[in-house]
Amino acid sequence: MSLEIYLDLFSQPCRSVYLFAKKNNIPFDHKNVSLFDGFQYSEEFGKINQLRKLPAIKDGDFCLAESVAIMIYLAEKFRTPDHWFPADLRKRARVNEYLSWQHTSIRMHGAKIIWFKVMIPNLFQTEVPKEKMDATIENLNIALHFFEEKFLQDKPFIVGDQISLADLVAIVELIQPLGAGMDLFETRPKLKAWKERVRETLGAELFDEAHRGILSIQEHVKTMDASGLAPLKAKILKYFLS
Amino acid sequence: MPVELYLDLHSQPCRSVFIFAKINQIPFQYKAVDLAAGENHAEEFGKVSQIRKVPVLKDGDFILTESVAILQYLARKHGTPHHWYPADNLEKCARVDEFLSWQHTNIRTNGSKVFWFRGVLPVVTGAPVPKEKMDAAVEDLNLSLKIFEDKFLQNRPFVTGDQISLADLVGIVEIMQPVATGLDVFEGRPVLSAWRDRVKKEIGLEVFDEAHKVIMNVDSLPQIFENKGLPEFLKMKIQKMFN
Repeated sequence: MSLEIYLDLFSQPCRSVYLFAKKNNIPFDHKNVSLFDGFQYSEEFGKINQLRKLPAIKDGDFCLAESVAIMIYLAEKFRTPDHWFPADLRKRARVNEYLSWQHTSIRMHGAKIIWFKVMIPNLFQTEVPKEKMDATIENLNIALHFFEEKFLQDKPFIVGDQISLADLVAIVELIQPLGAGMDLFETRPKLKAWKERVRETLGAELFDEAHRGILSIQEHVKTMDASGLAPLKAKILKYFLS
Repeated sequence: MPVELYLDLHSQPCRSVFIFAKINQIPFQYKAVDLAAGENHAEEFGKVSQIRKVPVLKDGDFILTESVAILQYLARKHGTPHHWYPADNLEKCARVDEFLSWQHTNIRTNGSKVFWFRGVLPVVTGAPVPKEKMDAAVEDLNLSLKIFEDKFLQNRPFVTGDQISLADLVGIVEIMQPVATGLDVFEGRPVLSAWRDRVKKEIGLEVFDEAHKVIMNVDSLPQIFENKGLPEFLKMKIQKMFN
């Protein structure tokens, strides 16, 4: 198969690419790698993605990073159903708007929860200061407010009646804190209904399969060999705690 | 009816939208939003965008935020030359998308931080930013610039190859932000400097300088804050942002 997709399903953007490819029956060679083994720092992976992040694809000779770019590329190449990345000017703009906004809002703050509550304490025996956690939760709540009030409103999906890349990118980020036992949907009925709709549209079996790893991370982390991450400890702590 | 563009040219994403509209002769009404005076927090602007950021595009009843989305919308709607966003070339288009995605939490975050640390926070708080925080911010910016050169540009004239695209436009306005505080990131970086010169030439010096006029006068910020009186809530927000 000429399309290789490098994934670690711990990672939110890996899950969105995985779900998109599977849902659309895009044939690919699933290169399952581990961020915690430090695979992204290997010489081999450096040739595929200099940014040393996941997900990454290698389609023949063409290498590409960044989940948003990857999904748009796959949508165009494999001519997936229009609703994923609508041709309509305004609908497409709405998808692009969400895909842009989410980087420094939902994704940025949502990602920290599992690192603060589970990964950093267990892997590095470091406690995260309460005010960092509180500030992150506050920022995440603000982002969720905008998600509901501006992006979702009273529509079934972000763009309207049908699911798009925007919903896919959103759902994987919003599930991440669940891995730490934080259920963002509990007190948000509209968000919960949207989540169920997205899960059903993608296919519950596929959705649950993609999220199995992250939802069992609290157990798994206890037996994880973090020695591969030791050289990165300072960098990780700086990134999340500074 | 021309679109309305809500802009403050102190903001990088406002500059990319402004430049793109100007050089492609896209008619627009310039709606100034004075960030330093907290105008984005006024009730009126809240009706335009509840997220209260700039830029914002208003095309009739269609309101759009996020510069990347606005640029892509304008490119398509006005049929601008393909090289800006090469939809007809799958791989080139992917390269633009790849950069536009990566830049949010890399060059944009780090360039902004250096700008705030050097140009704004000392004015607001009356004290310089602690040395280790400043050094860390500059180190992060240097890393982003290295990645830009090594991965996105390499030995090509522009990010996608021979022609300028949205990637170069968004790249240049973000890199100019820390430059405006007197940190010449181009010094000692001949590849980056050559790219900057090429980009400026493609954009046109007149439009480039017009777009960057206010930010390059950032020394006047203390004066602006003094004249307008920085709102208290803005002071707190700024301090919180970088703690």
